[in-house]
Amino acid sequence: MKFPSASSPPAAPESTPARPQGLLAGRLHLDPPLLTGLILLCGFGLIVLYSASGEDLAQVERQLIRLAIAFSVLFVMAQVPPAQLRRWSPWLFGAGILMLIAVLVAGQIGKGAQRWLDLGLFRFQPSELIKIAVPMMLAWFLSEARLPPDWRRLSIAAGMTIVPVLLIAKQPDLGTALLVASAGIFVLFLAGISWWLIGGLAVLLGALAPLLWYLMRPYQRQRVLTFLNPESDPLGAGYHIIQSKIAIGSGGVYGKGWLNGTQSHLEFLPESSTDFIFAVLAEEFGLVGILVLLALYLFIILRGLYIATRAQDTYGRLLGGALTLVVFVYVFVNTGMVTGLLPVVGIPLPLVSYGGTSLVTIMAGFGILMSIHTHRKLLPP
Amino acid sequence: MPESSIKDHARESRLFFRRAVVTTVIIFVLLTVLVLQLAYLQITSHEHFTTLSRENRVKLVPLPPTRGLIYDRNGVILAQNLPTHSLEITPERVDDMERTLADLGRIIDISEDDLKRFHRQRKQKRRFDSIPIRVSLSEEEVARFAVNRHRFPGVDIQARLLRNYPLGEQMAHVLGYVGRINQQELERIDTSNYAGTSHIGKTGVEKTYEKTLHGKVGMQQIEVNALGRIIRVLESHPPTPGKDLHLFLDAGLQAAATRAFGDKNGAAVAIDPRTGGVLAMVSKPGFNPNLFVEGISSADYKRLRSSEDKPLFNRVLRGQYPPGSTAKPFVGLAGLETGVIASGKKKFCPGYYQLPKHEHKYRDWKKQGHGLVSMQDAIVQSCDVYFYSLSHDLGIDKLSKFLGLFDFGRPTGVDITGELGGLLPTREWKRRARQQAWFPGETLIMGIGQGYFLTTPLQLAHATASLATHGALVPPRVVQRIQSSQQQADPPPPPLPVQLPIVDTKNWDDIIEAMVQVVEGPRGTARRIYTDKYRIAAKTGTAQVFTVKQDEEYDEETVSAKMRDHALFIAFAPVREPRIAVAVVVEHGGHGGAAAAPIARAIMDHYMLNDKP
Repeated sequence: MKFPSASSPPAAPESTPARPQGLLAGRLHLDPPLLTGLILLCGFGLIVLYSASGEDLAQVERQLIRLAIAFSVLFVMAQVPPAQLRRWSPWLFGAGILMLIAVLVAGQIGKGAQRWLDLGLFRFQPSELIKIAVPMMLAWFLSEARLPPDWRRLSIAAGMTIVPVLLIAKQPDLGTALLVASAGIFVLFLAGISWWLIGGLAVLLGALAPLLWYLMRPYQRQRVLTFLNPESDPLGAGYHIIQSKIAIGSGGVYGKGWLNGTQSHLEFLPESSTDFIFAVLAEEFGLVGILVLLALYLFIILRGLYIATRAQDTYGRLLGGALTLVVFVYVFVNTGMVTGLLPVVGIPLPLVSYGGTSLVTIMAGFGILMSIHTHRKLLPP
Repeated sequence: MPESSIKDHARESRLFFRRAVVTTVIIFVLLTVLVLQLAYLQITSHEHFTTLSRENRVKLVPLPPTRGLIYDRNGVILAQNLPTHSLEITPERVDDMERTLADLGRIIDISEDDLKRFHRQRKQKRRFDSIPIRVSLSEEEVARFAVNRHRFPGVDIQARLLRNYPLGEQMAHVLGYVGRINQQELERIDTSNYAGTSHIGKTGVEKTYEKTLHGKVGMQQIEVNALGRIIRVLESHPPTPGKDLHLFLDAGLQAAATRAFGDKNGAAVAIDPRTGGVLAMVSKPGFNPNLFVEGISSADYKRLRSSEDKPLFNRVLRGQYPPGSTAKPFVGLAGLETGVIASGKKKFCPGYYQLPKHEHKYRDWKKQGHGLVSMQDAIVQSCDVYFYSLSHDLGIDKLSKFLGLFDFGRPTGVDITGELGGLLPTREWKRRARQQAWFPGETLIMGIGQGYFLTTPLQLAHATASLATHGALVPPRVVQRIQSSQQQADPPPPPLPVQLPIVDTKNWDDIIEAMVQVVEGPRGTARRIYTDKYRIAAKTGTAQVFTVKQDEEYDEETVSAKMRDHALFIAFAPVREPRIAVAVVVEHGGHGGAAAAPIARAIMDHYMLNDKP
């Protein structure tokens, strides 16, 4: 009703930019606010990384190169029109599943956990592709019919999520499995599945928790136990959480100052430049620094959700919304882990943690968001 | 279908918007939880975590103090701290340990024991700690390694201060030695003050004056990383070095006394009667105390422990010998002072003594007897019968009580630990120890310094010094003064002479005169050590090592060497204003006048003729 002009979209083959006046928003298909937010976040991340790496400029340089690659991917993805992505969705998903199986088979042959596919020139981590392919596939599949989806479509969509999640969990990579599962769940949630169903699933999940416990590997169980009581093993598995809490708590409101964090610089804090970089930030920049970081994340996420709500079709809305919310999952699971709210799950702090693979995937997601936003067709007045 | 699709589009858009709002709310709720948790950590518990963070990185490292030095009375150094060089390896910096050890072995001797100790310590220490592979390198070895150093990254020469006793064996029983702190000591000492100290005084002066010599530990606050590596020093409190000790002991006199023993075993003590200062203290044989400092090898230790000569046994402090005839001046004085006998009164010595109504003959060493002897004659000729009779007249109670005045039967209180008190028998003692009554015959034997009566050489010297000063009893002391390196000398500890009760000074003079005649008289038992340079008062003694039990056969073959009597000798000089009192015991030396007296003379000569007071 609020869209009186949605009578019949013109079947114009060429798409025209929504805001022809802005170069970034226009021909380059970039979203200036989102891009600004991302650049600020990455810049902040590099400053923290310099300290967390023990003032290792070489490490910062390597991260800078990765960021350049990631931003290039963002730029490339932004140029791909959503319609194109939509057509690719099932193929990408199919290819992703096949590669996950290939990784698992290769892993079984190689007798050990494996997450990569060695393609000769470079190693490729199919689970990263699947992080995007799953929401794409679900968004495509659910947008094919009217929403909210019926039971049949819902079951198939659920299956499309569960299969890759199980394949990744088997690798085993609990963190990525969690992210992929959440991406699927977000698509379903945004697609409007009934609250009754959500409640029912929550109850079912609670009931299945013992089974999940049974399926977990010993080290995963240990992580949960350690989370519940880190002091039970202060030098073993609990060490990470205890040292991380000490780093954060000793930072106080204003922090110890950049490069002055003792917990990270004296190597008490493990994984200080990767999964636990948040603790370094908290130690050196204090609560103030954390609030700045969280504000940046919040801005990016809200901008993403805004883009999703403004998307012109259901596919763009579902995909954009899911990709944005996955970033929030990254942020919350990582910070929750580092602050002791959640068990230790190997999920990096997005765009800040040192490391390349997830960085590229996240940036690809933002590229898609920008594409969704900038490829909107001009509606006739 | 396009119609429904268009309617769906609007509916779906609204549905999505509602869901997006719900997720936004959830996001805000979760972020609030996160921020609350952060506020809890960073504001509420900030101080707690600041403390933990500080405890993580700040460690206290003890700075051990330098041990005080020990000098003799003339400033000759007796115990010092020498830098010794040890070869140490930091495993972290060595790529190929096997090869490094093999290559090292080619330029410096590394024994199996060294390797074993190295590997043991390597397991206990951290990778960046340096671990000694060889200790006490010679100058040549240091030089040889120095030119090859570039070939051995991670291997270094470390200099440490190690206790050293330059006079070695001679001083071993006085000074004692330091050794690594063991478990029992760890429980006894103030561990915070000994943090960083590896050695502690085990015996002798080193043990008694441990607290003075050790000093106070210093502390360094350092910042460490998670691996324990030192990053920087935050704060430093330097240690207070231990104080130096200046002994009464004269190193030259000690050497002379040691030399005088030749290859005989025994003990000699010289005391300055005026101060109680111990001038020489020899227990032969000695041992090399330096062996104990770096940890004695089990073979060396076994050899010392199992040696028949008992080199580790401190005969001066712990050797308990029957005083034999050296007890006679004291017994004689007991007779005079108690009024049991007058100095001039003579007794007849037929060569034996019989208790009234007893058949048993207590024999004199001189079979034919000494004839009619006065107190002086009895001391000069060491007449046993006179003292049998006198002891009988005195009775055990008076005798014990009087001898007790001279600290017989209890430690003299010398400032070295481990001193034994000998044995001064009493009726009470015998009832308690043997569940027997005192027999009168035992009093006779005690009167000539035999039987149950046991004294240490130190007790004999102490008693002799007390006799020389007419009963001014000063506890023997080894340490003259304590000096800290920065401050001037501490005032000497005040001597605490105890004046014994004197009934008549003449009694003392008579006994001393008798002792002079032991040396100067024509029939004196020590006339061979007579000198015209200064006057000596002395008494010889012979102590039975071991009484053959009544149901045993005396077997000359097996016990001859070890069964010979101990030779004893006490003396002081000069007779007027005495400056030295000496007691000498020569184990299995035979007669005191022959074996022990020359040693005492050598000691007194060195002191009287070289050393100006």
